[in-house]
Amino acid sequence: MWHLRRWSVPAYSKAIEVDGLVRRFGDFTAVDGISFDVEPGEFFGFLGPNGAGKTTSISILCTLLNPTAGSARVAGHDVVTERDAVRSSIGLVFQEITLDDYLTGEENLRFHAVLYGLRKEQVQERMPPLIEMVGLSDWVDKQVRFYSGGMQRRLEIARGLLHAPRVLFLDEPTIGLDPQTRTHIWDYIEDLRHRESTTMFLTTHYMDEAERCDRIAIIDRGRVVAIDTPDNLKASVGTDTVTITTDDEEAARVAIARELDVEGEHCSSGLRLRVPEGEKFVPRLFDTPGVGVQSVSVRRPSLDDVFIKYTGRDIRDAESDSVDQFKSSGMVQAFRKR
Amino acid sequence: MTTAEAADTAGATAASAASSSGRDGRFVHNARTVYMVWYREIIRFLRSPARIVSGLAQPILFLVVLGAGLNPLVGDSSEGVTYQEFIFPGVLAMSVLFSSLFSAISIVWDREFGFLREMLVAPVSRTGLVLGKAAGGGTVAVMQGVILLVLAPFIGVSLDAFQVLGVFALLLLLAFALVAFGIVLASRMQRMESFQMVMALVVNPMLFLSGALFPLNDLPTWLAFLTRLNPATYGVDAIRRVMIPGAPAVTIFGWPVPIWLDVVIIFTMGVAMLAMSVRSFRKVD
Ligand SMILES: Nc1ncnc2c1ncn2[C@@H]1O[C@H](COP(=O)(O)OP(=O)(O)OP(=O)(O)O)[C@@H](O)[C@H]1O
Ligand SMILES: [Mg+2]
Repeated sequence: MWHLRRWSVPAYSKAIEVDGLVRRFGDFTAVDGISFDVEPGEFFGFLGPNGAGKTTSISILCTLLNPTAGSARVAGHDVVTERDAVRSSIGLVFQEITLDDYLTGEENLRFHAVLYGLRKEQVQERMPPLIEMVGLSDWVDKQVRFYSGGMQRRLEIARGLLHAPRVLFLDEPTIGLDPQTRTHIWDYIEDLRHRESTTMFLTTHYMDEAERCDRIAIIDRGRVVAIDTPDNLKASVGTDTVTITTDDEEAARVAIARELDVEGEHCSSGLRLRVPEGEKFVPRLFDTPGVGVQSVSVRRPSLDDVFIKYTGRDIRDAESDSVDQFKSSGMVQAFRKR
Repeated sequence: MTTAEAADTAGATAASAASSSGRDGRFVHNARTVYMVWYREIIRFLRSPARIVSGLAQPILFLVVLGAGLNPLVGDSSEGVTYQEFIFPGVLAMSVLFSSLFSAISIVWDREFGFLREMLVAPVSRTGLVLGKAAGGGTVAVMQGVILLVLAPFIGVSLDAFQVLGVFALLLLLAFALVAFGIVLASRMQRMESFQMVMALVVNPMLFLSGALFPLNDLPTWLAFLTRLNPATYGVDAIRRVMIPGAPAVTIFGWPVPIWLDVVIIFTMGVAMLAMSVRSFRKVD
């Protein structure tokens, strides 16, 4: 079969093709008919609130779960009928830790290398720079149960990259890592992506990571509610965010609603208003009686705003909720007033 | 050329590199997988001394305490064998029974802690994973058994080299069959809590109905019936007859089962269980 050598015939035209994918658990529908394509070499983001169905979708694409209906192809292979072909084309960094904690870091990597059929020379070549990249050079000989959570996470990322997959799935890969490490890892991943033209499928709750994507799909309650480039998504929001602080924010909110017909909402940094053109709105704000502005900031739409627009929730829901709650608690209020 | 096309060409090149020169052939790949899964079991065993000790505690209690305690009460058998010597083969089988099933059931542990998913998402045959697991669990179980075998001289059992070799081979066979059986059980369990249930409903009945602790040939019919259904019975029988030449064979309707049949029964059960466990691993839900 010499004439079928891969390099002479493009193996596939889409890296991922999803068509009407449905997954039910009992009578609960976790994934409710999603469809989209990912181009080879594309960096694709999958954003959605907790429980939206991101991990379930990834599990189906990675052959760990069967779809209830619909179909999907990864690297040109059907995820139900050609599982082995799919498996040898992909890498997966799971949302939860999946290391063997009685093995050392290096043993975990070697185990992975054998499962993916890597040769010894390849392991020798790829493993040391990866270990260095995740900053575990001093730790690879220790058992994983002695690692911190962040170190385990870093080892998992190195493991996902070890076999140079053509399509790499990253399910909240950097959760719990410090900003410095995150930057470091992203630099490496981007570099690797360009060198090996890896297709990447990322879920994340971090906006700066989502910004790196070529395209983003927003998923909510098992459905894709928006899909576009980050810039187009931001443009689709159509409103700027004006945040003001005043002497009495509740009074200001009522006054603004009455006079300017804009519904404000309280947030940790003051009163938040969403308006089509922020700069033109600010002068009107100063003219409104009973508002008494102390400070103003105007912000163009961010991916946070995109997220809120399409899902009605804040992207860092759990996190920011608890922060907001803390800040509006009596003690902090009292502290601020001094 | 668009970026997508460029990426695709590059991707395809990388793929051909991976399939033609970079990665192992199918057979070597699967063989190395079996070895790696086996190796992992051994490492985990050697790195948890607590598991080694607790795995030996119960067999030693049975052998030393129960054996010595019942010796005067039971008296020697017609072949001049003390009760302690009588249960020694049974205790070996018991130790293999416990550690085989424990090893197999660690799959449930792997499932809870996610490592199973790392294995299942890899491009390896499910048969390779199951074989590696069965071989690893079996080796660990036999290591436990061999540690006990070293105690033989202390309780007055002397074995020649052929007997030791024979016992070793039988322990290996029994361990393999029991691990395969345990993997089938484990593939049906979702949580580690069911482990207690397996101990109570599977392991202990298999021990008590195996002839490890008492002879099987003068039992009430219902009890005789249950013991003959238990595959462990044939393991204990074979090991005992290798260790104690002239010990009476287990009988079915009065017919003494030859050792080779013991071996065939255990082996058949092992292969059947292995096939079942491979099937349940292939299933994706
Ligand atoms: N095995 C299962 N059985 C029953 N329900 C499940 C199962 N797996 C997932 N679900 C449900 O399906 C929904 C989607 O879960 P999924 O893990 O895909 O969400 P997610 O988008 O990854 O969320 P998160 O951001 O929290 O990781 C959830 O409501 C979850 O409870
Ligand atoms: Mg998830």
